[in-house]
Amino acid sequence: MSQSLDEITLQLKRRHRQSRLMKWLSMGALGLAGLFLVFFFTDMLMKGLPAFQQAQIQVKAHYSEQASKMPPAAVDEDIRDLVSRGWLRLIPRQIQDQPKLLGTTRTEWVLADGQVDQYLKDHPNRLSEDARARVDEMVAQGRAELRFNLRFFTSGDSKMPELAGIMAAALGTVWTMLVTLVIAFPIGVMTAIYLEEFAPDNRLTQLIEININNLAAIPSILFGLLGLAIFINFFGVPRSTPLVGGMTLALMTLPVIIIATRTALRSVPDSIRHAAFGVGCSRWQVVRDHVLPLAMPGIMTGSIIGLAQAMGETAPLIIVGMVAFIPDVGGTITDAATVLPAQVFTWSGEPDRAFVEKTAGGIVVLLAVLIALNATAVLLRRKFERRW
Amino acid sequence: MQTHYLLTLFGGALSIMALSAFFLGRAKAARERSAGRAMSAQPDQYAWFAVIATVGPALTVAAMGAFLMLLLQARLATGYLLTGSLAIAAFGLWSGMRQVRPNFHARRAIERVIRWALVASASISILTTFGILISIVFEALRFFQLHGLWDFLTGTVWAPGNSFLSAAGRGGDSQSAAQFGSIPLFAGTFLITAIAMLVAIPVGLLSAIYMAEFAPRSVRTIAKPTLEILAGIPTVVYGFFAAITVAPLIVDIADHLGLDASFNNALAPGVVMGIMIIPFISSLSDDVINAVPDSMRQGSLALGLTQGETIRDVVLPAAMPGIISASLLAVSRALGETMIVVMAAGMRPNLTANPLEEMTTVTVRIVAALTGDQEFESAETLSAFALGLVLFVVTLALNLASVLMIRRFREKYRVNHL
Amino acid sequence: MNRSSPGEPLTHNDNAHHELIIRVRDLDLWYGESQALHGIDLDLYRNNVTALIGPSGCGKSTFLRCLNRMNDLIPSVRVKGSVEMEGRDVNDARTDEVALRRLVGMVFQKPNPFPKSIYDNVAYAPRMHDLVSRKPDVDDLVEQALRDAGLWDEVKDKLKQPGTSLSGGQQQRLCIARAIAVRPEVILMDEPTSALDPISTATIEDLMDRLKLQFTIVTVTHNMQQAARVADYTAFFHLGEVVEYNDTKTMFSNPATKRAEDYITGRYG
Repeated sequence: MSQSLDEITLQLKRRHRQSRLMKWLSMGALGLAGLFLVFFFTDMLMKGLPAFQQAQIQVKAHYSEQASKMPPAAVDEDIRDLVSRGWLRLIPRQIQDQPKLLGTTRTEWVLADGQVDQYLKDHPNRLSEDARARVDEMVAQGRAELRFNLRFFTSGDSKMPELAGIMAAALGTVWTMLVTLVIAFPIGVMTAIYLEEFAPDNRLTQLIEININNLAAIPSILFGLLGLAIFINFFGVPRSTPLVGGMTLALMTLPVIIIATRTALRSVPDSIRHAAFGVGCSRWQVVRDHVLPLAMPGIMTGSIIGLAQAMGETAPLIIVGMVAFIPDVGGTITDAATVLPAQVFTWSGEPDRAFVEKTAGGIVVLLAVLIALNATAVLLRRKFERRW
Repeated sequence: MQTHYLLTLFGGALSIMALSAFFLGRAKAARERSAGRAMSAQPDQYAWFAVIATVGPALTVAAMGAFLMLLLQARLATGYLLTGSLAIAAFGLWSGMRQVRPNFHARRAIERVIRWALVASASISILTTFGILISIVFEALRFFQLHGLWDFLTGTVWAPGNSFLSAAGRGGDSQSAAQFGSIPLFAGTFLITAIAMLVAIPVGLLSAIYMAEFAPRSVRTIAKPTLEILAGIPTVVYGFFAAITVAPLIVDIADHLGLDASFNNALAPGVVMGIMIIPFISSLSDDVINAVPDSMRQGSLALGLTQGETIRDVVLPAAMPGIISASLLAVSRALGETMIVVMAAGMRPNLTANPLEEMTTVTVRIVAALTGDQEFESAETLSAFALGLVLFVVTLALNLASVLMIRRFREKYRVNHL
Repeated sequence: MNRSSPGEPLTHNDNAHHELIIRVRDLDLWYGESQALHGIDLDLYRNNVTALIGPSGCGKSTFLRCLNRMNDLIPSVRVKGSVEMEGRDVNDARTDEVALRRLVGMVFQKPNPFPKSIYDNVAYAPRMHDLVSRKPDVDDLVEQALRDAGLWDEVKDKLKQPGTSLSGGQQQRLCIARAIAVRPEVILMDEPTSALDPISTATIEDLMDRLKLQFTIVTVTHNMQQAARVADYTAFFHLGEVVEYNDTKTMFSNPATKRAEDYITGRYG
């Protein structure tokens, strides 16, 4: 009546093959995703790391009367086109600031032109044959080399790639994140406390819940439209500022913080609440003194992740005008500013190829910060993880 | 900087009043208590109540006043408003102090206030949704007054080029000057979304299957957070990657195959967007597959079915609502994704099914319309809101459908963490 | 326990067949470091119901799952000793456990119908195994299996409804129908009635009585009345050992060991 074990085993061959195929296919999919991750990071590092170095050349700088009026006169004619015009432009100011300099000639390492930099890095460039020969000669003499690009980390934006830096954008990011956190954290935590600990289970509460889930999934650009129409046009918050950017991002981050806080509150077992009620605490005292402290690590983790998400956001900030050109470092929450991802965006649109590496360099910094933030969140969770 | 100065003054005065409310309230409560009367709350609680009574109404009045001023465009002197608020604060201080008496339940009063503060916080999320809706709908309606809804929904030419002329009343026949037919934009959006899904759903789902069903525990604990790194990468970075690395790669490959590809082809942003979305699908699907009860698998294996058959015919059908939910969420995400397409897709509306050609999307046009130099009233600027409205409606529908799906799954298997 | 020489039946029951179907010898099983089964010897006879009884945690379910290698699914499990069926060792690396499970089906403690229609719940596995392919054959097989499981009259008008729409007792009979549809030799039942009400339990007990004409049934139960009612043989497990194995009548009227007697009379368990 029944088949024997051997017969069945024989029949199963094909089906086992299919099963194995599924295993290999699914493993391959995961591998593909991993491979992409590796490819992506390698590509970004390869493109971005050169931005941390910048070509400098050794020149004789003549701080003459003539140079203070016509800066290019400060260097010999044969290397005039190899020196950064940005550096040349600063000469009159330098002479003004330090009158002692006037009339002296110094041998200095100065910033090279962006094209020289690209040439030294073997990137495509517009340097003429003749100029290349001169650069090669200077390299041979040890008068031209790639050095660590401190300026990239300390200066603001510039139209000249060799002068451009991320500091202004980084500062803008800090201000914007500060505004975001100050608004989103208390409101988010309070909302979560209400929903988790106080709210009656009725239609309205369910509506709020669905609404929060929906907000978490709404395209970020729509938050930008809200920022533009309501914050800027209606309330008159100044455009392009960390204030309006931070407010917009706060609304975006809110659902993340709410959801994380609710999860954290829910993981505190009811026995703790019952014990606190048992000794006569009111509902608010139970939450404040017993539940919140236990949920804090989870809340912090969620907030950091939410903040990291907001930090990488660009689209809504473009809409509220935070893509300003900010050459100077400094400014407060009501001054026009830009943020790191927006800086990346503006640089990526620059036609000069030297900006490609600046863009990638900015990306490397941004990714480093984000990874550090997320790692902090993970460590925090590991450290305080508690199983009830 | 008159207002600045006034605001500082107001803040300072209010803080001083709050402080004095705290100390006066506590002192009075302490006096009462030391006089031997049984108080229904602690002195600190009376003190906090006094502070709330002082600051709360004053701030509310100040905020409402400011809002009214804004709404009516009335330039009522800020000074009057702030002085009025301070007067209210003084009255609040006085009445708060009067409440410091034995039979007043200060703690309950405070907790009522806290409760209302919590409710107010919770309502912000609702207000946000309304805010988005209102800001989009009003401007969109203004747009539809200029250009008909029907033309917008069925037109196949998007040429906002001369809209500023018609806005200035000098465009003559506005139909020939500017056209806002959104079909090419939606076609581009859907094509790029489709490409993204073609990448994300197979890779994400198969990865989830591997992690949940085949992988040893150690692989799973590493693979899941590693995949989630993909979701944490800012979209602007993906956009750069798509434009600088992937698009030229695709052009090269197409060249080899004898095909002609634009550097702004739809394939590059589509594929990169798909990669970005992989973890959305894999993570949620992994959770859902794990939530399918083990008894289901055992039932199938005990019938002599292979692991592959068990997964395909038993586990996946059981997890299907969750997987569909994840996919809907992913589609909604792809439709609204902005930076990748802004940086890697084209600007030119193009009604075509060829993914190697340049085409543009809804979000690209929104950004283009709002970052140009037009004044806010121009039809092109307003068109951004009309596009935003459609985007909002579509993503809202997808999100709600997704929530309903996951609920169905949750109820079926009584899992709460999803 | 009284150990006979290998090959000799371990117990005697004059009323039943004595054709050996599974022979277990010296079976040890570990969960990681802790040993759950100690040197189990057991013979199972064709077309009989064998009940495994004993206090919870005594290893009876673990033993049951050795018979169709369901324990393979738990990574930390290690097995030693032999489970012989059709003259070959079930635990042998060359034995395909998937093939084995077709000969040794299983019904679980909690009914676990697939998320499919009642019809597909039954038809799915036979179709995959190529037992039937033509639609009328499948229909016949589904009907036969559902009839054998005593469910046909209750579900014949709603075959397209999901299996989960049935009541608990019906679901369990659906799971039995599903198991017998692939024509196994042995059906393992792991406390099949413990999640059911008394009436459904009685139905399933009757069912076991009928099914043993076609199949060999091994059931785990901690309901001793049930064992006494349905089983031809009963094995008493305690602390991972078989303390006593005998025909049911002897086991319950005149147990040979003190431990079995204590358990049966309710002194512990």
